[in-house]
Amino acid sequence: MSTHRLLSLLTVVAAFVLAPHAASAQDERPTVRIGSKAFTESVVLGEILSRLAEDAGAGAIHRTLGGTPVVWHALLAGEIDCYVDYTGTIKEEILKGESITTIEQMRAELAERGIRMSQPIGFNNTYALGISRKLAEQHPDLKTVSDLRRYPDLRYGFGNEFMDRSDGWPALSAAYGLPRANASGLDHDLAYRGLEAGSIDVMDVYTTDAEIEYYGIRLLKDDQRFFPEYDAVILYREDLEERAPEVVPSLLRLAGTIDEAQMSQMNARAKLDQVPEPIVAADFVLEQFGIESNIELETRTQRLLRYTLEHLRLVGISVTAAILLAVPLGIVAAKVSWLGQFVLSAVGILQTIPSLALFVILIPLLGVGPLPAIAALFLYSLLPIVRNTYTGLHDISPPLLESAEALGLPSGAKLRLIELPLASRAILAGVKTAAVINIGTATLGGLINAGGYGEPIFSGIRLDRNDLLLEGAVPAALMALAAQGVFELSERWLVPKGLRTSAGQAE
Amino acid sequence: MFELRNVSKSYSGRQVLAPLDLEIPTGRTLVLIGPSGCGKSTLLRLLLGLLEPDSGTVLFGGEEMAGPQVLELRHKVGYVIQGGGLFPHLTARGNVTLLADYLSRPADEVRQRVEELRQLTHLQPEAIDRYPAQLSGGQQQRVALMRGLMLDPAALLMDEPLGALDPLIRAELQRDLREIFRSLKKTVVFVTHDIGEAAYLADEIVLMRQGRIVQRGTIEDLLHRPADPFVTDFISAQRNPLEDVKGAGVK
Repeated sequence: MSTHRLLSLLTVVAAFVLAPHAASAQDERPTVRIGSKAFTESVVLGEILSRLAEDAGAGAIHRTLGGTPVVWHALLAGEIDCYVDYTGTIKEEILKGESITTIEQMRAELAERGIRMSQPIGFNNTYALGISRKLAEQHPDLKTVSDLRRYPDLRYGFGNEFMDRSDGWPALSAAYGLPRANASGLDHDLAYRGLEAGSIDVMDVYTTDAEIEYYGIRLLKDDQRFFPEYDAVILYREDLEERAPEVVPSLLRLAGTIDEAQMSQMNARAKLDQVPEPIVAADFVLEQFGIESNIELETRTQRLLRYTLEHLRLVGISVTAAILLAVPLGIVAAKVSWLGQFVLSAVGILQTIPSLALFVILIPLLGVGPLPAIAALFLYSLLPIVRNTYTGLHDISPPLLESAEALGLPSGAKLRLIELPLASRAILAGVKTAAVINIGTATLGGLINAGGYGEPIFSGIRLDRNDLLLEGAVPAALMALAAQGVFELSERWLVPKGLRTSAGQAE
Repeated sequence: MFELRNVSKSYSGRQVLAPLDLEIPTGRTLVLIGPSGCGKSTLLRLLLGLLEPDSGTVLFGGEEMAGPQVLELRHKVGYVIQGGGLFPHLTARGNVTLLADYLSRPADEVRQRVEELRQLTHLQPEAIDRYPAQLSGGQQQRVALMRGLMLDPAALLMDEPLGALDPLIRAELQRDLREIFRSLKKTVVFVTHDIGEAAYLADEIVLMRQGRIVQRGTIEDLLHRPADPFVTDFISAQRNPLEDVKGAGVK
């Protein structure tokens, strides 16, 4: 009986969760998908590209993704059509391994990959090392990167990308003879807070960052000319020219229109004055190109509702799909002993893959957006459900198994009528664990444009705004608590009464 | 009813049942008795096909208790174990009717049969809709017996069903069981290590030791015509309080 209940519950969950997917009307206009990295400048530029594409009669979808590897692979995979990157990043990170000395070589290498590069947008956003105002006052003679050698005790905090990139800290520390081990990696936007709070002494900055002026950060002179130029350029897919011929020239109008001061000012508006990026971008295209844009910003309630539905969709689909696979897998593992260890190890190994890495691994296969996030969450849900199904079946006491066997029921009926109901509490606990963990993990989907509560969390980090961060974090925590509650209630419905009145399965 | 031909069984190299032949007659109560590890429970499991013999064949009503027909044959045999082995997720009634419901027996018939069995086993009316965890040990055992008898099987196998009960309940159930065995005239194979219980319930006793049958006969045969000194040792090893008080041991 409870098997039927379980099935009907699953159907309801699936229907609820799949519904938002169903409706999406297609119109005739070509759609251009624009990417951006998860920092303010990139998002503003992504919004500007969106307005330019719309001005050429196309529909524009703007997706904010994670760091360079995610955005680049999304471009290669055709998940996005264009985004803004920097020549230094292209040379040192995207095309590392190729020896590139001129812009023409870079263009040729990109063309081989089906990617075109625009003329420079106008500003150079290079890396620099900065120290806080307080430290600068204490050490007036600390002016160049070479000077850092005289202060071996300083703590370096770098953006995660800078920590790992070949043009980042590994090469910089070697070039200047700085102690490499003193550095720790953290989010770029969080590093500003760390510097201000005094928990780190030196950080990497992007020279157009608004915070440099705001916090009075002293930039150290790159006296050995280590950092290359980081001219902002538009990267776009070759096939965009065929798909949306009017769009490309419209995008290319951006070349030579934004200088460092302008970019830095736009960043400051978005980040320090808390003007939403779409409005900063709209003001720019109006002034520069006379393009009127029609920006509709969601109200907080609308946003919260959307985040909630998206988040429920991520968790609901992934857990539902996981139940459908993991319960049978758990049954097989419990019934076929040689397969059992294999299945348990396999799902156990899946669990050890770091979630962000799994999201990124899945992008070439599934693109960006909700799908890879759902796939990753699905894989993570397998272990708790498989293991609990296995344990639940495995722990049924031998006398009960023997009594079941002695009745002369076929094994299918025995499983359905006796074994699964006896294991139901354990299975449900596994599903609960999977759902609660997924509600937390799903917030990382914000890095690959999966929607949900991760979106405001990462916007909050990027814009240094706790109110946005809490817009995601608080509902995510509440949803986890609610899930816990719902599962405890559903135990009354799904777990047979006789199992709840006694302590356990054995008498 | 049951027939074992040259049946043997080993677990991981240790022989628990030497090749043996045994015929179990219809309509009588046969008690398998012997010390722990003598193979009596193994023998019972072989009768129902819960274990596969290493050699030989087990026949039930002339059919082999193996292969595809084993599930069907089990419907004709009731099985009751120590502690009852009731499924905790089902009520007493749910346990009793599980198989009948699965076989789609008519609901009226099932309900009537449950009531009949409840009276036969002296289970209180209010207990029938409780869950096993809410029942006493004795009640659980009565429900297990009802479950075993539900489809009116030809035979009833019981593996130390009263082993976990306190003495008063145990004596009461022994009386009830003897009455039920006598009135139903079913083939009963009853495993115990308690010679008093065996003497009380059995038409015939099979005493086992180390995987072999030492003697088969009535309690009088065992007491007065022991086939082996072990028979007397086994019987006299069970303390008789009256003789202890008298201060005179049997030996």
